Amino acid sequence: MLKLSRYVLYDILRSKIVIAYTIFLFAVSLSMFQMEENSSKAMLSLLNIVLIVLPLVSLVFTTIHYYNSYEFIELMSSQPMSRTRILLSEYAGVAISLLSAFLIGVGIPVLLLAPNDIGFALLFSGVCLTLVFTSIAFFAAVIARDKARGIGFALLLWFYFALIYDSLVLLILFSFSDYPLEKITLLLSALNPIDLGRIFIMLKMDVSALMGYTGALYKDFFGSGTGILFTTGIMLLWIIVPLWLAVRKFRKKDL
Amino acid sequence: MIRIENISKRFKKLQVLDNISVGFEKGQVISLIGPNGSGKTTLIKSILGMVKPNSGKIFVGEKIIDTDPAYRKIIGYMPQIGRYPDNMKIGQLFSMLKQIRKTENNQTDEELIKKFELEKIFDKPMRTLSGGTRQKVSAAIAFLFDPAILILDEPTAGLDPLASEILKQKIIAEKKKDKLILITSHILSDLDEITTHVMYMQEGKMQFFKDIGTLQEETGELRLGKAIARIMKGDLINTNWIDKMFEPKNDEKIY
Amino acid sequence: MKCLISVLLFFAATTCFANTIIVGKGKAISSLKLAIKTSKNGDTILLNAGTYKEGTIIIDKSIHLIGVNTPILDGENKNEILTVTGKNIFISGIHFANAGYSSMNDYAGLKIIDATNIKVEKNIFSNTSFAIHISNSTHCTISNNSIKGTSKSEHSSGNGIHLWKCSQMLIENNTIQGHRDGIYFEFVSHSTIRKNWSEKNIRYGLHFMFSSDNSYLSNTFRNNGAGVAVMYSKKVIMLRNHFDQNWGASAYGILLKDITDSRIQYNTFFKNTIAIHMEGSSRIQVEKNIFKENGWGIKVQSSCDDNNFRFNNFYGNSFDLATNGTMMLNYFSNNYWDKYEGYDINKDGTGDIPFHPVSMYSMIVEQNPHALLLMRSFTISLLDKAEKAIPGLTPENLVDNYPKMKPNKL
Repeated sequence: MLKLSRYVLYDILRSKIVIAYTIFLFAVSLSMFQMEENSSKAMLSLLNIVLIVLPLVSLVFTTIHYYNSYEFIELMSSQPMSRTRILLSEYAGVAISLLSAFLIGVGIPVLLLAPNDIGFALLFSGVCLTLVFTSIAFFAAVIARDKARGIGFALLLWFYFALIYDSLVLLILFSFSDYPLEKITLLLSALNPIDLGRIFIMLKMDVSALMGYTGALYKDFFGSGTGILFTTGIMLLWIIVPLWLAVRKFRKKDL
Repeated sequence: MIRIENISKRFKKLQVLDNISVGFEKGQVISLIGPNGSGKTTLIKSILGMVKPNSGKIFVGEKIIDTDPAYRKIIGYMPQIGRYPDNMKIGQLFSMLKQIRKTENNQTDEELIKKFELEKIFDKPMRTLSGGTRQKVSAAIAFLFDPAILILDEPTAGLDPLASEILKQKIIAEKKKDKLILITSHILSDLDEITTHVMYMQEGKMQFFKDIGTLQEETGELRLGKAIARIMKGDLINTNWIDKMFEPKNDEKIY
Repeated sequence: MKCLISVLLFFAATTCFANTIIVGKGKAISSLKLAIKTSKNGDTILLNAGTYKEGTIIIDKSIHLIGVNTPILDGENKNEILTVTGKNIFISGIHFANAGYSSMNDYAGLKIIDATNIKVEKNIFSNTSFAIHISNSTHCTISNNSIKGTSKSEHSSGNGIHLWKCSQMLIENNTIQGHRDGIYFEFVSHSTIRKNWSEKNIRYGLHFMFSSDNSYLSNTFRNNGAGVAVMYSKKVIMLRNHFDQNWGASAYGILLKDITDSRIQYNTFFKNTIAIHMEGSSRIQVEKNIFKENGWGIKVQSSCDDNNFRFNNFYGNSFDLATNGTMMLNYFSNNYWDKYEGYDINKDGTGDIPFHPVSMYSMIVEQNPHALLLMRSFTISLLDKAEKAIPGLTPENLVDNYPKMKPNKL
């Protein structure tokens, strides 16, 4: 598997987009830390990068990559190599390159300039979200018929997870504000990996506010050992399930 | 060596393969012919596992093909249009294939690489290559692992006369090694010297599968093209394409 | 003149006729009670190290009780330990342990009633339900005491330093933890509380009601169950205090209720759920404070008016300011808000466009606390941006017209 991923990685590196992405992240992170007086405000800006830019780039890049590698995938599928192995190699290649971009671009500045709880939470969420959205993008790309549709679908998914979902949650919160919503909100947060990543960082960043009346519930839950296991578990599911669906679909797909 | 039982494939409304059953044995050189869109390439891709038929079974070497990709070890495939990763260099392509498809004693057949003088351009990325050069690469890959079955989709289309002749000689040489060679082509006259069997497809159906001797006997023609034309006329199934193809071609010099 | 004479006489009495009585094992007097009984005004009792279990001891003479190597007065979990009444009494170096608890009486380690000019210094209080309980007294100094309670629930515990109906008191340099309220004042006036350290108390680090004209200076209130509560008082001065990590459902750096004409200046509020919660309060100068990493910097209920918030620095708070209504009769100016995104073309250090510190989202959270779970989401920041562009929900006149570009130097 890794043999194949090596070529995928090589191909991605040659296209230079990932290198540009790394430099972009690095420059943004550094300038955030330079511009802001205290690192907590820089962290806030980085939070937006992690929650918004990371999923978007992961989705779009992966989808485009998938269609650009269609020839490679075709070639491989005429060789004695299983479809599962081909797709997983592709996933590994893309995930490794996006992850390295994130860890170099954001990880190094954070580790050097703000190696605290918030920083580590940020990196953890960033790593999870990169893997999750790469996985979701593979699913989108495999089920879409052509490149335009695939990218469109990926953008739609991003829109949904980054924007529409939270608006819906807000709507639900207001529509049912007379009911006890604690459990529901916990459940709702698990259904969106961006929310889950955000809450994980928020636990460290806004710990004071979360100690308040309703916040304490979330703090107690997510802050506890079970909560961390829960977060990690749900994130893993978000990585595995779309990828599994993508593989399942890919195995039956005509190339 | 290859047995196809009641294969059907439907792309949306289009019935691409309609209940095809046929068997190919080693030592045979089969010309798979038919008009554009008659299902030749789909049939080939079905054998290669790239297209998944809706119904029917395919056996390669007495084993039904399903999820295990190992059967493709004995197949060399040259696609109609060879598409390769843009950023990959030719040399890398060969070394990657050798890596992922290790033969038992690491023996590879590099005759075509040498004859097409591909080694000189090992450093060139695939995206810079002309259509003809790509075809050469595709051909070299198909023969690289000395497979028992060769599937060549339009092998001479796009090749210059010299290369075309090299390839033809190579096919003849392989035929002598008692291999099964499956060739699709429009240019029937190009193949008649080496063809042992003709399979004719139209609108997804197999119209006939006959050995060359029977064909000649039935039609009284020595040349394959004319033989088929006769058969077509006799069967009165939309033979226009063959007529169109052969009338001017008969006057051309054949390499 | 009369006053002067009495001071001179007191001086004379202590220097000329004072005796020193030594109490301890192997000494002529081994019982503190007996020593007090035999002592006269102006005497000094030196209590040697050891554990004394003598029930409730009463001092009603002007004597000095000084512990040598921290003798322990043990209440055996059933008694009040020491009751002091009268004037000119000095108590130092004693370890008060295990006072009794009763739901009827406020048992204390040290109770001071109807007294004046009492000094309580460098004592240790452990497991005393009330540590120091003072009522109806004046001119007392409570300093450098270490007070540590062990109680778990609000009902079964008393306050660390409890003052009722007192004036001209000085509470200084004490450390108090594990009590119900660290320092509790009711009907106390003209007193100073400074440099105390009050932490991990079950309810409030500092709690006062109906106590006007007092100053609270350089104290630290940390990690108390509900922070600090200040109610129904006037002319309160709070300077240079630290309010740290007061976390919880209803925990506040300071809860101000019906406070008027007061000053809250040079304080630091760090990591409190709500740094300042204000209701029914007027004419308070909130100036030059630091609000850092709190859940809410300031919550001003619309029942407050005429308060001034100036030259404060706000950093890294989840919400700088929240309010529950659209009317706002308080004034904000020259504060530094780290969320301010304006510019300063003329380089005078003040931003050229006003800052609205109440965000749309903070209004949403006020209405629906569950929305807290959406904090920092993209949707919320878009909502906030939209509201900034076209204000609709947030109070329009809640605005800092002179926001600082850089933090105020404090």
